[in-house]
Amino acid sequence: MPLLWLILIVLAIAVAGYVLGRQRALASAGGDSRGLHSLPSYYGSNVAIKAIVPAFLLLVAWLLIQPIYVGNTISGMIPESSVKEGSSLGLVMAEVRRAANGLDAAVAQGLMTDDEARNLRADFTDVTQRLRDAGSIVTSEVTQPILRAAQRYRIMNDTGNLIMTIAVLILAVLGFLYGLRESRAEFRARNVVEHSVRAILVGAASIAILTTIGIVLSLVFNTIEFFRLYPAADFFLGTNWAPSFSGRGGSSDLGVLPLLWGTFYISIVALAVAVPIGLFAAIYLSEYASPRIRAFAKPMLEVLAGIPTIVYGLFALLTVGPLLLKVFGDNGLDWMQSGTAVMTAGLVMGIMLIPFVSSLSDDIINSVPQAMRDGSYGLGATKSETIKQVVLPAALPGIVGAILLAASRAIGETMIVVLGAGAAARLSLNPFEAMTTVTAKIVSQLTGDADFASPEALVAFALGMTLFVITLCLNIFALYIVRKYREQYE
Amino acid sequence: MYDTPNTERTVTRNETKFSARKVQVYYGDTHAIKDVDVDIEDKTVTAFIGPSGCGKSTFLRCLNRMNDTIDVCRVEGDILLDGQDIYDKKVDPVQLRAKVGMVFQKPNPFPKSIYDNIAYGPRIHGLAKNKAELDEIVEKSLRRGAIWNEVKDRLHAPGTGLSGGQQQRLCIARAVATEPEVLLMDEPCSALDPIATSQVEELIDELRTNYSVIIVTHSMQQAARVSQKTAFFHLGNLVEFGETGQIFTNPKDERTESYITGRIG
Repeated sequence: MPLLWLILIVLAIAVAGYVLGRQRALASAGGDSRGLHSLPSYYGSNVAIKAIVPAFLLLVAWLLIQPIYVGNTISGMIPESSVKEGSSLGLVMAEVRRAANGLDAAVAQGLMTDDEARNLRADFTDVTQRLRDAGSIVTSEVTQPILRAAQRYRIMNDTGNLIMTIAVLILAVLGFLYGLRESRAEFRARNVVEHSVRAILVGAASIAILTTIGIVLSLVFNTIEFFRLYPAADFFLGTNWAPSFSGRGGSSDLGVLPLLWGTFYISIVALAVAVPIGLFAAIYLSEYASPRIRAFAKPMLEVLAGIPTIVYGLFALLTVGPLLLKVFGDNGLDWMQSGTAVMTAGLVMGIMLIPFVSSLSDDIINSVPQAMRDGSYGLGATKSETIKQVVLPAALPGIVGAILLAASRAIGETMIVVLGAGAAARLSLNPFEAMTTVTAKIVSQLTGDADFASPEALVAFALGMTLFVITLCLNIFALYIVRKYREQYE
Repeated sequence: MYDTPNTERTVTRNETKFSARKVQVYYGDTHAIKDVDVDIEDKTVTAFIGPSGCGKSTFLRCLNRMNDTIDVCRVEGDILLDGQDIYDKKVDPVQLRAKVGMVFQKPNPFPKSIYDNIAYGPRIHGLAKNKAELDEIVEKSLRRGAIWNEVKDRLHAPGTGLSGGQQQRLCIARAVATEPEVLLMDEPCSALDPIATSQVEELIDELRTNYSVIIVTHSMQQAARVSQKTAFFHLGNLVEFGETGQIFTNPKDERTESYITGRIG
C-alpha cells in the first residue's frame, strides 16, 4: 500500500476518533457539557492525538530503520568476488538497488510476472536486456549474484512494507480505542492536550538547536581533518595565500592573515560609512521627523535591507567601481588600478548596512523614556543638547550593540566582496587596491571540481570555523552590552 | 481636614509672578482649558487641585511651554511672566524653561552620576566658570534638595541607583541648580511613600523663601499642608482661586465644596 494511503487512513481514523470521542464524552455527562471536566473538543482532540502520534512515530522510525537493516542484510549476501577491482561494495549495492527498481518497473509494466521477477536466473535469461526494455537504467551486465541480491532486496522490502502498514494501522486503531475508552466525564482531557502542545513546541525548539549543533560539529570535524593535513601554525600565522589545485597539496600556501586583513579592512570601511549615516538617520527619524515623514521614510530605509546582496554586488561592480576609478584612477589621482577595490566593496557594503544601524538604533532611541527628554527640556535644554547629553548616552549601549550586529553582518558578507573587491589576497594598507575576504575565498575554494579530501578544499571549513568564532564572539559581546543596557531602567 | 495649623497663612501680599488671562488650550479638537484667569504670586506656594482630567497639569505645562513638545496642542490667551508674554514670538522657550523649572510626577534622573545630574543644567547654561564653582553649585543644590547628607559620599554613583524618594529630591535639586525663578511641580509625591512625601513637603516649604512654587496635587491634605494659595480646576475651568485656608474651610463655589468633601472627583 503506498505511503500516502497509509497516512490518509491514519488521519481518517484520527478524525473519526475526534468525532466519536467528543460524542462519547458528552454522552457520559448526559449530554450536558457543563458536567465535563474539559470542553468536549478536548476529548475529541485527545482521541485524535492518541491515534495519530504513536502510529506516526512508528512510521517514521520504521522508514528510517528498514533501509539500513535491509542494506546490511543484502550486503552480507554479496560475495567478495563480485566486487570488481577499482569498485567498492557501495557501488555494487547501488547496482543492486537499480536492478531491484528495474524488476519493480518491469512487473508494473506487465513485462514480467511477479513470479518471474522473483525466480529469474541471470545465467539462463537475458535479464539485462529485459530490464532495459522495461525502461530502467542498467549500467553494466546484471550478474547472477547481483540479481539474487536484487530479488532478495525486493522481497525484503515488500514484506517490510507490508508489516509496517499492518503495524501502523494496528497501533492507530489501538490508540483510537484507548483514547475512546478514556473519554469519560471526569477524564482530564484538557491537560493531555496542553501537554501535547508543549511537546510540539519543545520538538520545534530542539530541531532548531540540534541543527545548529550539527552544523557546528561538521565544521569542527572538518577543521580538525584540515589541520591534520596542514599545520595549524602555518594557517593562522601565514601571510601568504596561494592555493594550488594542480599540485594537490604540499605546494599550497594557506595563510589566513591576508584574508582576515581583507575582511576587517572592508568591514571597517563599511562601518565607517554605515555608522554615522545610519545613526544620524535614526536620530532624525526618532527625534525630529514629523509622524508623516517618519511613516514614509522609515519603510523607505527598510527597503534597503530587502535588496538582495547580489544586487548590491552588481551596483558595486557596474556603478561604484567605475565611478571611483574615474576619480582615483589613471586619469584622476592615479591611486587606483581597477574598479574592484576595498573602497568599492566597503562603500557599497556600508550602504547595505545603513538600514541595520538606523532601524535598530531608532528602536533603541525610541525606547529611551520620554521622561528623560521632559526632564532635560524642563531644565531649559535645547533639542540637540537633550539628544547629545541625555538620549544618546542613555541609548549608547544599545547603539553599540546595533553596530556590533552590523559588524558581524559585514564580516559575513560575500556577494558584494566577490563582485566589488576582487579576488587577490594581499596585505596592503591602500584602500584602492583589490583585496579579498574569508567568505569570498570559501566560495572560490569550494567551487570547481576540487577533491574534497584535499587541504585546498578542507581549508574552507577552517576558514568557516574562523569566521564563525569571530562573529560568534561579536554577537555574544553585542548581546552582553544590550543586556547590560536593559538593566538600567528596571 | 488638614494636619498642620494655618499659622503662616496670613502672608503679606507678594508681587505677581505669573498672570494668566483668558487662557484656552486645545488638544486637537478637545478644548482642555477654558478661559482661565489667574495671578500667581512670588515667594508663595500655589496648589492646583481638582479631579483627574480637569486640566490642572495641562495648565501647569503651559507655564513653561512644555506643551510645545506636543504637536496637537494649541494655546491661546495671554500668560505673562513678570509682565512679559511668554508666548510672544520673541521669547525662546528654552530660555523660559531655564527660568521656570519643572519637577515631574515620576522621578526621572538621567542615567548619569548624581553629580552630573545636578551639573547638567548649570553646564548647559554656562552658570559655572570653573570646576570649583560647579562643585559649589552642586553642593548647594543638593543641600537645598535636602539630600546632600545622604549622597555626599557617592556623588559619582549613578542617580538611578537611589531610592524613589531620594530620586525625587535629586530631581528637585536638579531643577533648583539652574537658579529658576519659578518651580513647577506636577504631582511630585504621587510615586513616593509617606516618609519621602513629608521630606519633599518640608523641602517645598523651604523653597518658598526663594521661589514661587506651583504644585499640582491629588492629595487635598497635601495642598492644605504646603500651600498658601489654592486653585480648584474642574472640567477645564478654574472654578475657584484663593487663600488655601479659605478654600478648604469656606469655599464659595458649590463645586469646590463638593470636591473637597469628596462628593465629586
